[in-house]
Amino acid sequence: MAELTFSLIVMGISLFMLLNSAAVAVYAERRIAAFIQNRVGPNRVGPFGLLQPIADVLKLILKEDVTPTLGNKALHTIAPMLPVFTALITIAVIPFGEGIYITDINVGVLYLLAVASLGVYGVTLAGWASNSKYSLLGGLRAAAQMLSYELPMGVAVASVVLFAASLSVVEIVDSQEVWWNIIRNPLGFIIFTVAAFAEANRTPFDLVEAEQELVGGFHTEYSSMKFGMFFLAEYMHVVIASMLITTFFLGGYHLPFAGLWLPEMSPVWKGILDVSVFVAKTGFFVFFFIWVRWTIPRFKYNQLMKLGWEKMLPLAILNFVVIAGAILLYNEFF
Amino acid sequence: MLTDFGNVLLFFVIGALFVAVALFAAKLIRPDRPNAIKLSTYECGEIPIGTARVQFNNRFYIIGLMFLIFEVEILLLFPWAMVFKELGWVAFWAMFVFVFLIFIGFAYELGKGHLKWDKPVPSVPRYVEGIGVLGGEHPDMDLSEMMSAPETDVTK
Repeated sequence: MAELTFSLIVMGISLFMLLNSAAVAVYAERRIAAFIQNRVGPNRVGPFGLLQPIADVLKLILKEDVTPTLGNKALHTIAPMLPVFTALITIAVIPFGEGIYITDINVGVLYLLAVASLGVYGVTLAGWASNSKYSLLGGLRAAAQMLSYELPMGVAVASVVLFAASLSVVEIVDSQEVWWNIIRNPLGFIIFTVAAFAEANRTPFDLVEAEQELVGGFHTEYSSMKFGMFFLAEYMHVVIASMLITTFFLGGYHLPFAGLWLPEMSPVWKGILDVSVFVAKTGFFVFFFIWVRWTIPRFKYNQLMKLGWEKMLPLAILNFVVIAGAILLYNEFF
Repeated sequence: MLTDFGNVLLFFVIGALFVAVALFAAKLIRPDRPNAIKLSTYECGEIPIGTARVQFNNRFYIIGLMFLIFEVEILLLFPWAMVFKELGWVAFWAMFVFVFLIFIGFAYELGKGHLKWDKPVPSVPRYVEGIGVLGGEHPDMDLSEMMSAPETDVTK
């Protein structure tokens, strides 16, 4: 019973934190964008404009909802729910600290891959159900792009599984107590990060909503809270992609080489330290996502496909084979 | 007492509830004053021309097909990656052959040009006075070469 209570508490806190982190990410994006472009950014609502996300959400809730009469009403309503739902359920298997996780299923990695690939349905359905040419093209682009980059992402994750010899996310983090995977598998880290950018539909891969050619992309016909859901999902995906990069490649909640020097601590202090380390790493990658968005211009669609299929996929598979061989050689001689 | 997967199910329910409640709450608060023009398709502000269910490029479909093939093959790597340390070199070479076969398939797709997003401009057959129908079968040949080439009458 105590265990259930504990996982319920973690569940509540992590959901609350994830939703708030999306709001913080929106604020951070606008402030950092302003900083990079030498502007001021939102600074009117609350101290330093910190209440801006709340004002935005209130505005979205109070806006009238418009569903095109020619569109498919049911799918038009379901589509914005899916990305938020899939983003929420992703964190069920991510460990935030030693023993601090909602659940530890033995196929956690497959669960993450499966849930991540569900996100494409929301975008594609939204594009189709809107009965708008721009939406349809945006949805199709999203589908092809997310499918293409899921392959290198899957292989990069498989190369992480090689080290841990387990599909449980908790054990993958445990296996990085001394050596982070970014040191043992740097190419996998790069491939995973690039694929995560594409999966989250962020610049330089945001062709799904390329304003100059597709108006708003798949959410052209959306308004009010339905649009708010897409907006929320986009930033939750950024946060979750950062969490996944941290978990798979940056040792999750472990400090660098923690297994070698970190002394024994009481569970409470260890828990606080672990969660702070995890949040710091995730926060850095959220910043990195924003930094890249305002630094690198958008790809063309043929370049995107070429990078995904002709470069990243063979590179990822090659990386996988080389690492498997290297691990066996290492075990043979040491 | 819930199992590990029970926790996941609980999380599913909470996630779905959150989304439904958020959308429903907004429905209660917001104004609802529709009219015919407001509910028409926006697109880019102009009145839409034709149907929105346009024909789209076949390559999107091919990408989907190829994703299916490669994803299944990649998922087969996961159980192997879990146990290969115990099985040693035999398992490594078995997997090597498997990945090599994937690569042959990949090289075939690459060579066939299915992975290329840019396609050469298709040669549309056209009628030229005094010569007949030109183009269609020689995509690389331009019109001046065709003019000097022996007469080809596709209509026969």
